Parts: sequence; C-alpha cells; structure tokens
Amino acid sequence: MATIHIDIHSKIYPSVERAKLHQAIANLYLSLHAEEFVCLVGPSGCGKTTLLNIIAGLDADFKGDITIEHRHDHPMIGYVFQNPRLLPWLTVRENIELVVSDRRSTDVIDALLETMQLKQVQHSYPERLSLGMSRRVAIIRAFVINPDILLMDEPFVSLDAPTARQVRELLRQLWLQRPHTVLFVTHDLREAIALADRIVFLSSAPMRVVSEIKVPLAKTERNDDQAVELFRQQIINNYPEINMLL
Amino acid sequence: MITLKKYLPTLSLLVFIAVWQGLAIYINRNTLPTPEAVAKVFWLECSSGRLPFHLGVTLLRLITGFSIAMLLGCATGIALGRNKKLDAFFDNWLVIFLNIPALVTIILCYVWFGLTESAAILAVVINKLPNVIVTIREGARSLDQDLLEMAQSYHLGKRKTLIHVIWPQLYPFVMGATRTGLALIWKIILLVELLGRSNGMGYQLHLFFQLFDVASLLAYTIAFVAVTQLIEFMVLKPLDNKAQRWRR
Repeated sequence: MATIHIDIHSKIYPSVERAKLHQAIANLYLSLHAEEFVCLVGPSGCGKTTLLNIIAGLDADFKGDITIEHRHDHPMIGYVFQNPRLLPWLTVRENIELVVSDRRSTDVIDALLETMQLKQVQHSYPERLSLGMSRRVAIIRAFVINPDILLMDEPFVSLDAPTARQVRELLRQLWLQRPHTVLFVTHDLREAIALADRIVFLSSAPMRVVSEIKVPLAKTERNDDQAVELFRQQIINNYPEINMLL
Repeated sequence: MITLKKYLPTLSLLVFIAVWQGLAIYINRNTLPTPEAVAKVFWLECSSGRLPFHLGVTLLRLITGFSIAMLLGCATGIALGRNKKLDAFFDNWLVIFLNIPALVTIILCYVWFGLTESAAILAVVINKLPNVIVTIREGARSLDQDLLEMAQSYHLGKRKTLIHVIWPQLYPFVMGATRTGLALIWKIILLVELLGRSNGMGYQLHLFFQLFDVASLLAYTIAFVAVTQLIEFMVLKPLDNKAQRWRR
C-alpha cells in the first residue's frame, strides 16, 4: 500500500572535465496511487533511470521531494536494473537467496525459478547464463522480497519475443495476485499497453511529463496483440505530440 | 606430447642440477660445492635440529609481521580507497614510506627501540605496510558501483555487503598483496635478523658468510626456497582456485 509523490524541481549532473553540465530533470510532478501499475515511456537518455535511482534512494543529489506514504517507515523496494547486476561469484540461487532474510522463502524461490524456467541453471554461475536468463534472475530477485514498490528499468530488453511475452504475462499475473506499486520504464509502447494501468509519456532531457494516458483494457485484451495494436493506433492518432517521442 | 608436457617441470629441475654438478666439477673449488656436498650438509643440519630451529624462528617472525601488516594494510587501504579526503591527506605519507630503503627503517628501529624482537617485527611491518595499502587501495577504488547500488537498494546491510559484495572484489588484490608481500618479507626478514638478532636464517647466513661456508649457505637457501614453494602450493594456489571457480 505505497503511494508515491514525485516532485522534482531539478536534477543536474555537474560538468566533469570536458563533459558539460547536464540538466536531466526539470519540474517533474507525478503521483502514483497505491497498487497502481505505471509505465514510463520516453526517448532514450531522457533521464528515466535517473528518476528510478532517485526514487530508490540511490541518488540524493537533487532538488525536490519524493514522498512515499506507506504503513511501514521503510517500504520494501524491488529494483530491476537495466543490466542484471548479479554477483558473478554467487550461483543463480545464491544471488536470489542473498536478498531474502528468512529461510522460509525456499518454496517461493523454487516456484519462481520454475515459472521463469531457470530451475536447471539454479546452481550455475551468472557468467554461464545468456543475458536473457540473467535478466530473468534479476526479475526473480526483485519479486522474491515481496516488494511494496517495484521499479523496473527496461527489464525485458534483449529477451526473445515469446519469452518477453511470457514474462510480461507472468509479471501482470503476479501483480494481480499481490498488488504493489509498479513503475516500469520501457520504450516499447505495445509493452506499456499490455502492462500498465496508466502510461506516462516523458520528454527528452530535461525530463518532464508530456501527457498521461489511462489504459482501460481487460486482461484478455492485454494478451491479444490485435487489441493492443488497435489501442496503440488510437493513442498515436489522438496524441500527435507523443508521436515525436517514440 | 601430453605426457612430455607433464614431465617438463621435473626435467627442467634435473637439467638445472646437472648443470650445477658439471660446473662445480669443472671449477673444482670450495666456493661452489657440488649438489651432493650441499645435500650432505643439508641432511646434517636437519638431523642436528639446527636448521629446523632457525627456520622455525624465521617463519614465526614472518607470520607475525605478515599478519600485522596485512590486517593494518587492508583496513587502511579500504579506508583510503573509499574516502577521497583521507586519501588526499595520506597520499604523501604513503609515497615517503614506500621509498624509504628497507635498510634505513631496520637500522632506525634497532637504534630507537633496541635490539629486541618487537623492534625486528616492527621493522618488517613498516617495510611491508605501504605496499599492502597501495594494492588494497587500488582494489577499493575499483569496486563496482553498480553492485554497491544493488546492495544498497536491496538493504543488504553492512555485513552481507562486506562478505558478498565487497570482499570477493577485493580478493584478487588481497592475493596480490599476499604474494608480493611474502616475497618482500622473505628478503627483509633476513636483513633484520642479520643486523640485530642472534637466531633465525639471516643470523645463520651471516655466520656462514664469515666462515666462507658456501655449502651450508646453499643448504639453508634450499630449505628456504622449499618452504616458499610449499606455501605457494599448499596455501596460495588452493585459495586462488577456490576464488576463481565462478569464472568462465
């Protein structure tokens, strides 16, 4: 039950040597309701990762406020980074076990490994996995802590289409079972439509919100490519300003 | 071909001994005894208990000095690698201590603290410490920021982060510091013993030098080389292999 209010006046990367000062975010206001699934869509390099890092508390060097309303003081945040960030000296299973504090999660881990089709490689080291497999491990690692907030930074990039689709459906299914607030970064509008309650379109840097669109599709429609494509055409026709961003 | 490759190390050792034997016979003087003569002295010194005693004394000093230097060096190295201000302040000190000749620190330690065991250990530690600090500092500087962020966002806590995220990354540097450190200490410790102790390998070598007893000198050297090889194969190599198993 975590509500997030994002109110960032500015986020600036200072100039370092020959790299010029870079304003990543300017006047970005966005609220996420509890248990809402929000997709962020915007051009690459616009500052989406910066925004996720700020929300995750990894980057405190910005002007503004992030307010998280939650029953605990410290909501659990699951973060699926753009690169998997697995510890190469731990096996797949050890990587997942590392983030959970109690031993009772064995069954949960088993179930997740099963659904992500990683059971056979659970005792392998990450260097032996394909990037797609590593990404799935990273996703399990985020799920297994039962997050109140789930931040996902283009987690399905480089997964082959059938796997991406399968993981996407799984994500939506897991989220319906145990709702939590999700902020999902993607550049694929179809993916956003299939997943999100609401899509937020962002401008190129300095990043701000261009428009927000609710996705009122039912579960069956989300899994139906034609329905998704139809909705995508609607968006593109109705919001010409978004076309520029895609 | 495979079988030949397997025996190459043994073969090279045999060739080395043969060359030595040939050279000793050709020169035919006391200054280069034959391998056989050296082996005889080696056996005598071992059975009298003299060689094991002095080797043991030196090894004890080595272990003590090495452990203190590694512990202090790792802690300081990590601190300097992670804290830019601290690093900027102490960098000069490090350069100074790195460049003071070993002989100077040894003499100063003996002059200031007397010809005592602790002065000897201190001299070893001071000589070794800057090397460890520099190596570990390099390791601490190159820690993967991505993985540290992962640890932070998943609230792994200090203990888990240290054991599973930081230590494995520092491990190659610690092994590097161990290898170069042992090699360095072996050399310094003999000097320390030669200058101010009345036992240990260094003291014995000094004695043989005064007596021009080259056979004993070589016998002790062999014991010395054997022990370093033993440490390499019994301790360092297995540690290396254990830490490398995740690599492709």
